[in-house]
Amino acid sequence: MGGTPTDLKLIDENGRRIDGRLPEEMRPLKIEAGVLKRADGSAYVEWGNNKVMAAVYGPRECHPRHLQNPERALVQCHYNMASFSVDDRKRPGPDRRSHEISKIISEALTNVVFTEYFPRTSIDVYIEVLQANAGTRCAGLTAASVALADAGVPMRDLVASCAAGKVADTVVVDLNKEEDNFGNADIPVGYVPRTGEIVLLQMDGDLSQEQFEKGLGMAVEACKKVSVLQRDALKRRYAAKADEGAEPTEIREGA
Amino acid sequence: MGKDVVADLKRDYISKLLANGARVDGRRFDEQRPLTIETNYIGSAEGSARVRLGATDVVVGVKLIMGEPFPDTPNTGVLTTNAELIPMASDTFEGGPPDQESIEVARVIDRGIREGHAVDMAKLCIVPGKEVWIMFVDVHVLDYDGNLFDAANIAANAAFKTAIVPAKRAGKGEDYPLPVQHQPISLTAVKIDGKILVDPTHDEERVADARLTVATIENGNLCAMQKGLNGAFTIDEVFKVVDLSRRIGAEVRAKL
Amino acid sequence: MQTSDSKESPREIVVPGDLLAISSKNAGPGTYSEGGKIFASQLGIKHVRPDSISVVPLAGQYIPYRGDLVVGKIVDIGASNWLVDINSPYPAPLHVNEVPWRVEFGETGRFMSIGDIVLIKVVGVDERKRIQVSMQEHGLRKLSGGMVIEVSPSKVPRVIGKNGSMIQMLKNETGCRIYVGQNGRIWVDGELDNIVLAVKAIRMIEDEAHSLGLTEKVKQFLEQNSRRGA
Repeated sequence: MGGTPTDLKLIDENGRRIDGRLPEEMRPLKIEAGVLKRADGSAYVEWGNNKVMAAVYGPRECHPRHLQNPERALVQCHYNMASFSVDDRKRPGPDRRSHEISKIISEALTNVVFTEYFPRTSIDVYIEVLQANAGTRCAGLTAASVALADAGVPMRDLVASCAAGKVADTVVVDLNKEEDNFGNADIPVGYVPRTGEIVLLQMDGDLSQEQFEKGLGMAVEACKKVSVLQRDALKRRYAAKADEGAEPTEIREGA
Repeated sequence: MGKDVVADLKRDYISKLLANGARVDGRRFDEQRPLTIETNYIGSAEGSARVRLGATDVVVGVKLIMGEPFPDTPNTGVLTTNAELIPMASDTFEGGPPDQESIEVARVIDRGIREGHAVDMAKLCIVPGKEVWIMFVDVHVLDYDGNLFDAANIAANAAFKTAIVPAKRAGKGEDYPLPVQHQPISLTAVKIDGKILVDPTHDEERVADARLTVATIENGNLCAMQKGLNGAFTIDEVFKVVDLSRRIGAEVRAKL
Repeated sequence: MQTSDSKESPREIVVPGDLLAISSKNAGPGTYSEGGKIFASQLGIKHVRPDSISVVPLAGQYIPYRGDLVVGKIVDIGASNWLVDINSPYPAPLHVNEVPWRVEFGETGRFMSIGDIVLIKVVGVDERKRIQVSMQEHGLRKLSGGMVIEVSPSKVPRVIGKNGSMIQMLKNETGCRIYVGQNGRIWVDGELDNIVLAVKAIRMIEDEAHSLGLTEKVKQFLEQNSRRGA
């Protein structure tokens, strides 16, 4: 969180933000499921000026073998930023930041996946940030949940994610790049709508307790909206075909 | 493991069909897959394109940053090409530092651009011997169904066409379009059971005996080639691929 | 809209976490229950029966169950077993006691080698997903010639069809020999033209797995393209 340049007004006299949004207003969010051929499941998210792709392979044999858990599947997320995704070209390959993000997203997803169904396997989740404009970990986690469901992985719910933060002493949701660079705080949140639980939480900056409570509440409300779009994306992928109806399918019993 | 196993099993089927003059996806031997080009795809890049060649899906981003020229070419900009064959795109790609495969892809793309003089690198010199533009061409593969060479080559050419040199941001005058002068387009063909097939799918690549990539420019001249895999081509086969490259290259150029 | 040949309508697509029912019904495959409520655990189509509720998955890897017929490929040979890839996250060792021949210790390679295609049955899966397979029942064997194609395991029930109707039609119309593994691998053998036709029909089933009147569509396609008897 840097200092604000004097000529940059993050909140105007009408309470509008630098891109015209109100404090509780999210950037436009578009989600598409099943966008890649080779992966077992995939999703594409355009969120404001973020463009993020997620792909899932698995459950599959876990390599390296020493990572295998005899009782559960291992959810392994790999978050990566394309070198052209930011203004100053990023050196290709993982850095400390992407390792940390991969770890917390893996943990958030593990919470909802029925890992006990697939002992000794690995479920690999790849998140590629093609264009970054603040909030890529939230966009990545949102896309990854959809990709997991698209791959047919059994889960308790889809994790929805959105950040809240503080700019010019005002609590807002879904910070854009200017707000992230020059605001006072950022709180990315991963949320499980069905249980109301938090599975990803970070914070940096400066917040009073009241501001934090308000921010978390706003992030959760935003996550609920994200969840609706996630579910819609998955249903849309099959809706056209299923609307025509289908013949009854034999199901294997006794799973 | 699963998908690799099945690819091996397909060899027989691919061969039997080829003997009857057919490809698995119904294409003619000299037919490229459907091509779609979306330019200005990445806002954070100075130039970009997303190209789909069949189910192969690549994004190329061009970034220009200021730096020093090489001592032996003080009056020209610097071209750096990099390819990321990320595990998202295929279970045959692995994470970690670039392996031989991604280095070969990057170098073949680079050769086409460089030797075909796609960009007038002399115009990317700011102060001779001191300051030039370094042009990074980054190939990011999202979905891999064969023939990265051509998909990435086409994406690079498309990205150049809309790229802007960000001179203003660097305090070096007004922005200007990237000085594009040629469009070197590559065509890749493989040889399977003595048949020459252009634009191979992943399955075809896996069973191919030999591969040849030929890049040509507008006047039909050749600017870069790469032969790959363990098999061999006859001289007539090489000439045939050159002919195909000139013809299909012109068709692709018309779509840019 | 005509839904006469559909048992329940409309077809409801559900997503993990969707509430399916508040009831004492059994939570079937693709669902889980919590606090007296049943939720979807997989992307799929909701399927209600008098005593249970389940989700027919629209995607997913092949997970072996006892009794599954699968098409596998030998990927390694040990002294007393063959290791078979069955398109699942779990390797499947085929022990010498589970084949129809008497095989001495260390003689496995004389009977089957790496790359061979086998039709086998899953006879055991424990809670750690350790798999046992067998080739001893009638009809199980090494498959010679032919070719193998792969479909999404979630589409296998459609390729087989109700009471095997779809697969029987495919066999009749193309004259091919076809084995469909629960693991999404399908072995086809016959004249090349007929194999091509069968593969096209299977791809059609895969693409339109959940559309109405699929059997009729596939039948028309096969009749129009079949050269048998011509």
